[in-house]
Amino acid sequence: MTIFSRRLKETGKEMCFEAVRAALDEAGLELKDIDTVVCGTAPDAFDGIHMKGENLLDGCGGSKKTYMRVFTGGGTGVLAPIAGWWHVASGVSDVCLVVCEEKMSSCFPHPQSAFGHIWDPILDRPLRPNLVWIFAMEMNRYMHVHNISKEDIALVSVKNKKNALDHPSAQLAANITVDDVLNSEVMAWPVQRLDISPPSDGAAALILVAEDKVSSITDNPVWVEGVGWCIDSTMWTNRDLYFPQYVAKAAKMAYRMAGIHNPFKEIDVAEPYDPFDYKELHHMEGLLLCKKGEAARLTREGVTERDGDLPTCPSGGLLGVGNPIAATMGIKAGEIYWQLAGKAGKRQVPDARTGVCQAWGDLMQYGSVMVMRS
Amino acid sequence: MTRVAIVGVGYTDFRSITPEVSWKEIMYKAASRAYDDAGINPRRDVKSFITCAEDYWEGFSIFDEFTPDQMGAVLRPMITTCGDGIHGLANAFMQIKTGLMDVVAVESHSKISDLITYRDVVLFAFDPVYNRPLGGHPYYVAGLEMRKYMEKTGTTEEDCAHVVVKNKKNAMKNPLAGHEGDLTVDQVMKSRYMFEPLKKLDIAPLSDGAIVLILASEEKAKELTDTPVWIKGVGWASDTPWLEQRDWSKAVYTELASKNAYKMAGISYPRKEIDFAEVDDKFSYKELQHVEACHLCPPGKAGRLVSEGYFERNGVLPVNVSGGSIGCGNLIEASGLQRTLEVVLQLKGEAGSRQLDGKTGLAASWRGVPTASGACIVLGV
Repeated sequence: MTIFSRRLKETGKEMCFEAVRAALDEAGLELKDIDTVVCGTAPDAFDGIHMKGENLLDGCGGSKKTYMRVFTGGGTGVLAPIAGWWHVASGVSDVCLVVCEEKMSSCFPHPQSAFGHIWDPILDRPLRPNLVWIFAMEMNRYMHVHNISKEDIALVSVKNKKNALDHPSAQLAANITVDDVLNSEVMAWPVQRLDISPPSDGAAALILVAEDKVSSITDNPVWVEGVGWCIDSTMWTNRDLYFPQYVAKAAKMAYRMAGIHNPFKEIDVAEPYDPFDYKELHHMEGLLLCKKGEAARLTREGVTERDGDLPTCPSGGLLGVGNPIAATMGIKAGEIYWQLAGKAGKRQVPDARTGVCQAWGDLMQYGSVMVMRS
Repeated sequence: MTRVAIVGVGYTDFRSITPEVSWKEIMYKAASRAYDDAGINPRRDVKSFITCAEDYWEGFSIFDEFTPDQMGAVLRPMITTCGDGIHGLANAFMQIKTGLMDVVAVESHSKISDLITYRDVVLFAFDPVYNRPLGGHPYYVAGLEMRKYMEKTGTTEEDCAHVVVKNKKNAMKNPLAGHEGDLTVDQVMKSRYMFEPLKKLDIAPLSDGAIVLILASEEKAKELTDTPVWIKGVGWASDTPWLEQRDWSKAVYTELASKNAYKMAGISYPRKEIDFAEVDDKFSYKELQHVEACHLCPPGKAGRLVSEGYFERNGVLPVNVSGGSIGCGNLIEASGLQRTLEVVLQLKGEAGSRQLDGKTGLAASWRGVPTASGACIVLGV
């Protein structure tokens, strides 16, 4: 994966190239060894390019190749490797390259303006809503139902930004305190500036290989054991926002496939999607890693620290490393790969054999989940 | 591994403007007809849903948000693929092959009449640094490509006019088509130059419509229908995105895609083994390029053959019996599904007065200017 930051000097396809080159080097492969390419990239409006997948395709190594783009909003970061999985598991492809890219900085004055067009044109858009507002509603609802305090939620931001200090691609790594979060600027109550991940530019790539071809490439493969994805209704106003049912459905699908019955016991490391600090807690519950309303307690007790029983977002997550929507594949699926392969360096958690990663997107309605084992 | 069949189809008719319905309503109409056709309940039987769409066509930043309700996909696995309808079929095919899914619904639609800035949107697909600043109507790319193709192969403007005459005539027998006509080559030749040598009638007019196909695993297909249409092979590919680097005389992406599809289908001599084909004709010369790229005739000879009637409905190898995009209208990302739909109807013997004989059909799609991406699917009974 590339560094996540504001990268005004590079085009999207140049970032893709950088990520693909790094992935090929790590696997010891060349582009000619790749037979299919999957591209994941979220709204075209960020880059201001219609059919963005077509524009990125040479940077992704897709020229004169079998090339497919999938797109499920923020869920793309884990859905793209899932699409790579079905390219390989179906027997269609032996070696599949998955590339995710996002370039948010070219959207002026702020990527939030592109989010102005994600709403229902009749029911929502005339209110001129802003993403932070609806997440504020969701956060409020979650805090209210489970009686969770802002202090507990701020702990997630503190942990992830600290974890990110060890990530070479990090954009907002920092040693901060709960007070720093609580004293930061209020965006839309209860969301404050340090509760939110930054807009970022970046790209990430990974390579999936069929079982019978693995031995010639590596002795230390990480296996995709379970995949799940799920979409909820467009009508977000009709849902109780306190629990992400769509994530739970996707997680159950992935766990069933991986033969996991007790996720809290069987999962050694987790990368839930954390664009806001409360989302990590929300998604831990959605991933069935704890009972509803218990994620805050686990965080407070240090269970989700890197040396805890259930290391969560050891990469530093979106809060620490950055949030280039689809390219967060690098800190979700990518991080679980590095952790399970024992290649996470300073971020390595001990004895990790089974990991889960998850992404979340669209209008608070999409969950994509992948379980991996070494 | 299981074989994959198409077991249900649902569609609206294809019209230039449809102000009386929204895109959600045409999706719902096509989906409910497809579920009826397959005899299934989407809430119980369909395991996965796929829609093929692009944000800018739809006027949303994340169109994926707006797809589940009208398909019956709420709280179910669903994805959007930014590709043509056949790209969606390819994903469904792979999902079923993995064994994870047994029934998958694939949807694609066009509500292009809602888009009042078509030219500007297409221009947004051009490289923002090198090509977009040149401005103009983006179809100039097709004009240049047609010129190159004619120069390289000796194809004439009259040959291309034959494609228009054939497809518009074929469309007269297709009740779904919105742009049928009984024209002569002379009339086409007299139509106005838009992007010389591309004339007004060489260009497929934009249309609205929605199509849903239901795919099923072998076991499920045999349970659901007596007339499954099997997917024998599917392939999809892209050439370079740079206009400057392409071979403008031929459709390299279709060559690659059809090669993969034929390989999967075990077809070594397509000219003999394919009984009829539906290939993309967003511009008349594109049909000729695509027919050649699919190896349905010797390279460079499609123009002469179309003039001789080789690709007519009663010719040696019928091409675009549905009327194609020129006769039915350009359905944008749904074009590939419209082609596949026609092949399915033909193979099931449900094509009415345009019914052909044949056991193996090919559908090929292209994503339009300025892309060089396309997909092919081989179907058989």
